Amino acid sequence: MGKETNPMATAGPIEGYLKVEPEVTVDGDTVTLDARGVYYRNLNAAVRAAFAEGAKTVNLRNVNGQRYIGNGVSGAGLRIEIDGVPGNDLAMFMDGPTVVVRGNAQDGVGNTMNAGTVYVHGDAGDVLGYGMRGGKVFVHGDVGYRVGIHMKAYENLVPIMCCGGKARDFFGEYMAGGVLVLLGHHTQFESQPLVGGFCGSGMHGGVIFLRGEVEPWQVGKECGIFTAGEEDMKTLRPVVEEWCSEFGEDPSAVMSGRFTKLVPVSHRPYGKLYTNM
Amino acid sequence: MTTRPAYSQESPFKIHGGCGLMGICDETGRRFSGSVALESMAVLHERGNGLGGGFAGYGIYPEFPDHFAFHMMYHDTKGKEEAEAVFDEYFEVDLAEPMPTRVVKGITGAPLLWRYFLRPYTHKVESAEMTPEDYVVHVVMLINSTIDGAFVASSGKNMGAFKGVGYPEEIGHYFLLDEYEGHTWVGHNRFPTNTPGWWGGAHPFTLLDWSIVHNGEISSYGINSRYLEQFGYKCTLGTDTEVAAYLFDLLLRRHRLPLSLACKALASPLWSEIDRMPEEQRELMTTLRAVYGPAMLNGPFAIVLGFNGGMVALNDRIKLRPLVAARKGDVLMVASEESAIREVMPDPDSLWAPKAGEPVVARIKGMDWPIHGDLHLAPSEISCAVTGVEDSCDTVEVS
Amino acid sequence: MATTFIQPEFKVEIDYDKCHKCGRCVQQCGWGVYDFNGRPIPDDSKCRACHRCVTFCPAHCITIKRNELVFRDSENWSPSLRKAVWQQSESGGVMLTSMGNDKPYQRIFDHLVLDACQVTNPSIDPLREPMELRTFIGCKPDKVEVEPNDEGGFRLKSGTGMENNIELATPLMFGGMSYGSVSLNVHKSLAMAASRLGITMNTGEGGLHADLYPYTDNVIVQCASGRFGVSADYLNRGVAIEIKVGQGAKPGIGGHLPGEKINREVSTTRMIPQGTDALSPAPHHDIYSIADLRQLIYSLKVASGNKPVGVKIAAVHNVAAIASGIVRAGADYVYLDGFKGGTGAAPQVIRDHVGIPIEIAIAVVDQRLRDEGIRNRASIIAAGSIRSSADMAKAIALGADAVAIGSAALIALGCHVCQSCHTGCCSWGITTQKPELTRRIDPEWGAERLVNLVNAWSHELQEILGALGVNAVESLRGSRERLRSLGLDEQTSQILGVKAAGL
Repeated sequence: MGKETNPMATAGPIEGYLKVEPEVTVDGDTVTLDARGVYYRNLNAAVRAAFAEGAKTVNLRNVNGQRYIGNGVSGAGLRIEIDGVPGNDLAMFMDGPTVVVRGNAQDGVGNTMNAGTVYVHGDAGDVLGYGMRGGKVFVHGDVGYRVGIHMKAYENLVPIMCCGGKARDFFGEYMAGGVLVLLGHHTQFESQPLVGGFCGSGMHGGVIFLRGEVEPWQVGKECGIFTAGEEDMKTLRPVVEEWCSEFGEDPSAVMSGRFTKLVPVSHRPYGKLYTNM
Repeated sequence: MTTRPAYSQESPFKIHGGCGLMGICDETGRRFSGSVALESMAVLHERGNGLGGGFAGYGIYPEFPDHFAFHMMYHDTKGKEEAEAVFDEYFEVDLAEPMPTRVVKGITGAPLLWRYFLRPYTHKVESAEMTPEDYVVHVVMLINSTIDGAFVASSGKNMGAFKGVGYPEEIGHYFLLDEYEGHTWVGHNRFPTNTPGWWGGAHPFTLLDWSIVHNGEISSYGINSRYLEQFGYKCTLGTDTEVAAYLFDLLLRRHRLPLSLACKALASPLWSEIDRMPEEQRELMTTLRAVYGPAMLNGPFAIVLGFNGGMVALNDRIKLRPLVAARKGDVLMVASEESAIREVMPDPDSLWAPKAGEPVVARIKGMDWPIHGDLHLAPSEISCAVTGVEDSCDTVEVS
Repeated sequence: MATTFIQPEFKVEIDYDKCHKCGRCVQQCGWGVYDFNGRPIPDDSKCRACHRCVTFCPAHCITIKRNELVFRDSENWSPSLRKAVWQQSESGGVMLTSMGNDKPYQRIFDHLVLDACQVTNPSIDPLREPMELRTFIGCKPDKVEVEPNDEGGFRLKSGTGMENNIELATPLMFGGMSYGSVSLNVHKSLAMAASRLGITMNTGEGGLHADLYPYTDNVIVQCASGRFGVSADYLNRGVAIEIKVGQGAKPGIGGHLPGEKINREVSTTRMIPQGTDALSPAPHHDIYSIADLRQLIYSLKVASGNKPVGVKIAAVHNVAAIASGIVRAGADYVYLDGFKGGTGAAPQVIRDHVGIPIEIAIAVVDQRLRDEGIRNRASIIAAGSIRSSADMAKAIALGADAVAIGSAALIALGCHVCQSCHTGCCSWGITTQKPELTRRIDPEWGAERLVNLVNAWSHELQEILGALGVNAVESLRGSRERLRSLGLDEQTSQILGVKAAGL
């Protein structure tokens, strides 16, 4: 337990994270920052400064719990590589960059994201991709509650999310657009159902693909349950292939499974709920 | 800086707040430094606002394993003298000393902090026809309700609460948490929104060796508190934590429900899930929900309950507050965020998000299950002891 | 001398330019307002403003207006009081009326506002996340006792658990309205709707017609002082039995169904001869005390194989103590009927001047049962003018387990609250036994409307719960912290256990 170097173990003032600048190493257009013990504001300021000065890739080492990494960062060619566990709201409002997490991610990844790609080489928490309008999120392992909640599509923006493990309740809740995939392939919850209850509850746009079967109780009443057909597999294939290539999985093994497709029965599921005064 | 009167400032209205929390337990009973809890909570800094931080540690006083350890907060020396007179009357005081603290920037306005290692006078316990636990709770109640300027922060055996106004890492550092070793630790970071902040009002709340830390906002507070009042508990603090503490007391100690079912009563499965259960379970869960509907904690919460036999962490039934769990060998840990676990357990054997409403339980081998078999007090006495609010103390009578 | 001083209350105006002269209004009116002589000729004095003719006029050419006769001003002698004196001096009779109290008493529900979540705790989306309304009516044990099962878990300890309870899919029932006071088609509509909704209808005191037997899993049978149609078979058919002691519209008053309404079907169902008056005594003559009530409760339990037995009382001044006695006597639920509750016929003086509001009754009964530690032993049903889902939510927050609706259900079936049920001429075919009128309600159509109404209210209740940040109705029940009063005096707020808005 504990670590060798404990910044807290000295007498005197203590302020949680140290409000110090991260240690910076520059190698061409790659900047590496050591985030150990660095307060999130200092860390995010350093990331933005690195990009402002022309860096294309920022490597973050020893990240643990710092929030808002990649938050609101714009630019298609930019890349953030994270070693450790980034804090909440990773890649929120992100517009273009690629974020790679070599570890698990916490809650709120890709919140209201517009464009770009997030790869999480581990598990991710709750409320993943909330209100995501564009871009792609790939998670190697399991995800939590309310994943893909209110993903939406707009004109040429079509968000794509692919989770390799299992998901809890409210997967794809309120989904309004985009493609949401759950593979159940790389999971620590072997004995549990692929997805919890209320999957696609309130869905009124987009499509959910689940690798395997679901019971009717798991699925929201607004969804139609189908078996994915050949056309569907054309949509699915590039998504699964990207997931496999990032996480070193075998696409043929994943694609060989039977996929269930959920689509909304109506774009206006509550049209009959109301009556005018 | 006031002590008890601040309760009345806090209590007229429902207190709102978000928070961060953690709990860690070595199920072998092996003890480790409190700096683990402190470092973990430091990662959750952003989840609080500096108006309340605290910890409880178990197994921290091996040199006094059978003494009741009283952690005291005094407004002034008068409060101290009066409380000490009570100690002298009811207990053999084997050690009385100031709480060891260190100077920490940002920590100001601390009350006088003392600790006492006490043994109840056997003949008094016997003549009062009480168990030692009842006797101790009576004294806690007596001090908290009648001595203005004195507050019992904790009173269990071989444990203690360390709490105050500040960020948890500041509070932990202030109390030299790194110099204690315990087998179980819980920590809390508070984000109160409408209270000036009072040292006694920080988490954890304790009674004897129970401690509770809580993150969330129980939207069913109104009926939970009225339900408890029916059994004699008096919810005078207006905090969800108080309600949760009494509900555990009611269900575990007074109704003798197994822990797993008490958790199911507080974070009930959905009817749709109950309807899918096999007959015997369906009947049990239907009854449990119908009977304990008013006790159900509805709304977002994560709770960690600590005691000398381990700890229990519980999440609300649709997972509206974060909770992550991890295990490394015999050590089980929970926290509001994974990073708080990784900070002190960088390479766990397993790490997972517990299912909503499914308790995560750590149990120290060879130690009792969390029921105070020796406590027989009425609910109003429990409320009174916990809160020290006089209104709830209509049954105070210590012989 | 004029035969009467009383002038018509309404004026029926027909736009003869638009009139089709089809005679539909003549045929639709149950009160005989219209003569037909080439065109409809109304007699204003017979009009009850029930709008049956208006609704069915294909030309939309009928308007009913208030007869705006001006009286010399007197705040003290209102026109209606003057009319009452004339009417009584002409007839020597007791003023008879129906539906509920129409006097302008303060409506407490309209002075209570609900809470909602903002920031510190989240609201919950009721459309996409579970929002549970399931409710159990009946006695619950103080605690749950368990024993280990074979799989390392637990099961209920044998011999313990809940008594028989009534399971409701939503915390609402249809209140008791007898066959006789309402038509069989109304009873069928209520029973079919209750069955589809997973709630209950209540026979009222007029027995259970055989046509309702298919729906008896959703029927509560009533045992009132007249014991009409009460037999061992009847008691065993329903899911529960209700002893009706009193009714909010006429506390302490019996009933009188005139012989004209006792046709063959009503006669068979009530088990009394055709054409005789059906008189319900004011008290149950086997209940002169709370101890006698206990005797009847257990008698009914024995006769019915231990079905839940509820007791319906009017909300009167000492309602808390009475309710406590009822619970201690062994009742599984207490049905509180507030002073605005409806009736098929009641003396106006009683309807308008006796009893207390349901809001107060719920509050004091719930608190009293809690103070005595017996709240779990019985459920509280609140009735007496539950007009909307908002009233339902507020009643539940004050402490009711469920509400019951009578008037609202009849309004769903077409009732326009003309307060003339006692005439037996209901043009809407609701409170009548005249075959040409009763056939106006098709039970299938009626059931659909009732299902729609209750579903809509349930959705609205779910919206309220979601805004309150709770996802089960038991977390609202008795949670007065979620209510605030607006414009109530301090003492009333205190009695309700509700803080004023701003506190």
